[in-house]
Amino acid sequence: MAECGASGSGSSGDSLDKSITLPPDEIFRNLENAKRFAIDIGGSLTKLAYYSTVQHKVAKVRSFDHSGKDTEREHEPPYEISVQEEITARLHFIKFENTYIEACLDFIKDHLVNTETKVIQATGGGAYKFKDLIEEKLRLKVDKEDVMTCLIKGCNFVLKNIPHEAFVYQKDSDPEFRFQTNHPHIFPYLLVNIGSGVSIVKVETEDRFEWVGGSSIGGGTFWGLGALLTKTKLLAPHPPPRRVLQKFDELLHLASRGQHSNVDMLVRDVYGGAHQTLGLSGNLIASSFGKSATADQEFSKEDMAKSLLHMISNDIGQLACLHARLHSLDRVYFGGFFIRGHPVTMRTITYSINFFSKGEVQALFLRHEGYLGAIGAFLKGAEQDNPNQYSWGENYAGSSGLMSASPELGPAQRARSGTFDLLEMDRLERPLVDLPLLLDPPSYVPDTVDLTDDALARKYWLTCFEEALDGVVKRAVASQPDSVDAAERAEKFRQKYWNKLQTLRQQPFAYGTLTVRSLLDTREHCLNEFNFPDPYSKVKQRENGVALRCFPGVVRSLDALGWEERQLALVKGLLAGNVFDWGAKAVSAVLESDPYFGFEEAKRKLQERPWLVDSYSEWLQRLKGPPHKCALIFADNSGIDIILGVFPFVRELLLRGTEVILACNSGPALNDVTHSESLIVAERIAGMDPVVHSALQEERLLLVQTGSSSPCLDLSRLDKGLAALVRERGADLVVIEGMGRAVHTNYHAALRCESLKLAVIKNAWLAERLGGRLFSVIFKYEVPAE
Amino acid sequence: SGRVGPAGGLGCSESGTFGGPPAPIVFPWFGLDIGGTLVKLVYFEPKDITAEEEEEEVESLKSIRKYLTSNVAYGSTGIRDVHLELKDLTLCGRKGNLHFIRFPTHDMPAFIQMGRDKNFSSLHTVFCATGGGAYKFEQDFLTIGDLQLCKLDELDCLIKGILYIDSVGFNGRSQCYYFENPADSEKCQKLPFDLKNPYPLLLVNIGSGVSILAVYSKDNYKRVTGTSLGGGTFFGLCCLLTGCTTFEEALEMASRGDSTKVDKLVRDIYGGDYERFGLPGWAVASSFGNMMSKEKREAVSKEDLARATLITITNNIGSIARMCALNENINQVVFVGNFLRINTIAMRLLAYALDYWSKGQLKALFSEHEGYFGAVGALLELLKIP
Repeated sequence: MAECGASGSGSSGDSLDKSITLPPDEIFRNLENAKRFAIDIGGSLTKLAYYSTVQHKVAKVRSFDHSGKDTEREHEPPYEISVQEEITARLHFIKFENTYIEACLDFIKDHLVNTETKVIQATGGGAYKFKDLIEEKLRLKVDKEDVMTCLIKGCNFVLKNIPHEAFVYQKDSDPEFRFQTNHPHIFPYLLVNIGSGVSIVKVETEDRFEWVGGSSIGGGTFWGLGALLTKTKLLAPHPPPRRVLQKFDELLHLASRGQHSNVDMLVRDVYGGAHQTLGLSGNLIASSFGKSATADQEFSKEDMAKSLLHMISNDIGQLACLHARLHSLDRVYFGGFFIRGHPVTMRTITYSINFFSKGEVQALFLRHEGYLGAIGAFLKGAEQDNPNQYSWGENYAGSSGLMSASPELGPAQRARSGTFDLLEMDRLERPLVDLPLLLDPPSYVPDTVDLTDDALARKYWLTCFEEALDGVVKRAVASQPDSVDAAERAEKFRQKYWNKLQTLRQQPFAYGTLTVRSLLDTREHCLNEFNFPDPYSKVKQRENGVALRCFPGVVRSLDALGWEERQLALVKGLLAGNVFDWGAKAVSAVLESDPYFGFEEAKRKLQERPWLVDSYSEWLQRLKGPPHKCALIFADNSGIDIILGVFPFVRELLLRGTEVILACNSGPALNDVTHSESLIVAERIAGMDPVVHSALQEERLLLVQTGSSSPCLDLSRLDKGLAALVRERGADLVVIEGMGRAVHTNYHAALRCESLKLAVIKNAWLAERLGGRLFSVIFKYEVPAE
Repeated sequence: SGRVGPAGGLGCSESGTFGGPPAPIVFPWFGLDIGGTLVKLVYFEPKDITAEEEEEEVESLKSIRKYLTSNVAYGSTGIRDVHLELKDLTLCGRKGNLHFIRFPTHDMPAFIQMGRDKNFSSLHTVFCATGGGAYKFEQDFLTIGDLQLCKLDELDCLIKGILYIDSVGFNGRSQCYYFENPADSEKCQKLPFDLKNPYPLLLVNIGSGVSILAVYSKDNYKRVTGTSLGGGTFFGLCCLLTGCTTFEEALEMASRGDSTKVDKLVRDIYGGDYERFGLPGWAVASSFGNMMSKEKREAVSKEDLARATLITITNNIGSIARMCALNENINQVVFVGNFLRINTIAMRLLAYALDYWSKGQLKALFSEHEGYFGAVGALLELLKIP
């Protein structure tokens, strides 16, 4: 992966003002290609879902036809690049207040082109109320869908497709949000939906779920009883109330300032001071509202609201625990308007669950809890397209992310009236699955550093990405010299990514656990958003051409070495390919003039052994033993890295009798080699080298795609075909190279087979953190415990 | 066991002569249960006092007996539940009547003062007390009344009391009962229940808060869970919502109210039953759910609110009890505690809810002396009755 942290800082530093009403075309995006609508109308919020096809520019590479030519000219590129339109599928989810429903429907009607759409799936308590309005405005037939069925379908979908969807909430810890890694098996689980009442549903499979219980003491009780008890004109007289839920939120706000011990009878009120000697916690509530059983005392609204909040949250938590125990479930997800991302309610529910289950059950919340019904309704309507057979990915560019809603903020500040919350999900071309070689899939965490957790690292990386933004913008413009609006689009990209970075400074948890990977992926999504599919395509093309010309020489000199010397040289070659950001200007100049020199120069730059992490001796020892059956190699950069580093290494493995699966990204990310580029590169190398040639012919060397377009590597989301091949060939060695794949991610990944993780630390800060210097080498050879 | 307090009997002074037969326990015989809201006092009035004894009886003892047995109310808040009196009981070889008296916990200082005025300490009696208040007021008893409390574990006392009272019956009638057709006001019948196979038993004690115990034998029980939504919550919320001042008043209001004006029912949301989940239309979907609407808030009466509060708390206790019964695999559930005093609405609702949601698997049982078992247990401890 390329480096970040060169020069200059991003220009526009205005932080995102969340009260801005977005123009409707930035909310209901891509309506002209929209079809298949679904709507979930709750008591106060409407969630709209639709499917659209997005036209994307993609860079395609294609081999020149060299037949009939026996020599190439020196500076001819190795292949041609063309930009083509590609159509991908996207799901759009928009959440807004019911107040806007009519305006939104009008906007959709005016912009809806697609005429295939005849029906709209509707769910939620408000669906019947707005049925006529929807039918009249959109001229679509409203099909009502069952609320709970939609909710559960939606829940299954987000749990399967959105990494870091679920989190636990810990009020007094930093970070407050602790995201859960996606469990490969999401079933069975308990869903506790706290709407006006409480529904507890046990979900066993995609289609099998049952209502196991419920309670009438829920959000409606807090609201209704709270309104009676506080009997307050909760709203300021001006402006008139628009937002239904504001009253609810104001009650929560009152509660957050109250002292429940003034209203509740506590254990210490019953036992006096003796609770301590009895080992009882005096603060436990013996009787909710027990102190209010008196005529001669006034109670404050805040205190009563707090007492009510505790009473309801404790009760729900207790019932949830009783049900979890009865059904032997430890995963309990909470949703519904009582939660709605409110720290106050998440806190009290979490407390209650911990108390009643003695820590055996975890209260889990969902980032996209508000969308579950709409997602489910949409999926019901789209069953013929079978969206569940695909993998989907959250598009960070088009999604709003989780907003912090601090209880300390008053409702007026909290009220983001006029704002629309968005979620976009891209359909991935290929279904993604776990790498079968993961030691323990449920506990696998791709990312090495959790930036939500590590404030120092977060600050560093956010700044780093900010500073690199200028360079990325420049490269994006440069990658499309023939486009008239490239500069304008690049500027929009800058704005968008800059804003994302500022959001993440304020709310690091906005898109799940913040990691270097998520920062990189967000940048890729933003680039794609503005049609910069592959800013490095030209750079990669040039570098591949240059490196290919050096290949025969490099192989010759390797072959001239003795066995032991050669093994070290091969490893150094792998590492050297990783030294520089070859996209950097100074380096490319060297390359142009004398590429071979550049490669040698890079090797000299490498840290001398012993390396920062150095298990080379063990590796060498291993090589003296029997060959591996099959190696799975995750490649990193184009050019020198893949051609002069990886291929000679591959060639040596092949000569040892080891089969090789070479996995490259499906889509472009920085200067990483893509699968289609790797095919051309392999073909060209095969033309020069009989070893690679015959291995390709005999399918002892297989080139596959990872299913990813990220500079990092998530071994729990890999192409299904790759996983099948790994299983079929019995891969017993995994090689992961590069900072993105072997350091930022997977550094701690535990595999069931031998693995090599190697990288050169090209970032001074990170090197220092790891206890080394710039260009320190990581060579981590691991053998699983017996 | 999940007992809250220390083992019972700690700190009790042995009144027997070492090695010989135990000396008779001196009168008066009291058992005291000091709860969060109410103090429950049981008093054994010996009816077989010989002339000899009568002569020897000190004045203060006589005056206590007269005071307690000749009145039905004490001060402005103390009440003797005359209808619960157990007649011709034999305890430790003595025949007499057992009296059941209650007064609010906030009058505890006056009670202690009375003990001082009547010179209790001179009687050398032991005061066996249970409930949280035994701890809270221990020091006051000592410093103001010069009385040493013998503090007893409340759950031990509760279970002891229930088993004992059930065994002696209720003046020839059955102590334990259940409701047949609880939902039908015409056909509803309170019928005696013979608790001949008491174990296992889920015991739900509804005082200010609620404790739920699983009882497997006389000495083997555990506290399963508890909830803070209990009688204190019902009464506390009623005071806030209706301005009522007594439990009786709250219940009286509730008896005249209509909770469906306050609560949102399943049918209010789905128009009828929610078939997908097998929920009947009459079930409450959201307690106080209608009160989210300002218009509806303005249209409800205090009686409706009292009724809704009663229904909410009762249903919730029923629901938690049912879940505990399922988790513990117990099918008879005995509800006790003073929340149920003169509270037929709650008892019938518990009976109905348990039967309905368990599809007839669970039986709700009740007991005539609903709130007094802890105090009885304390008395039994005093008398060393196992």
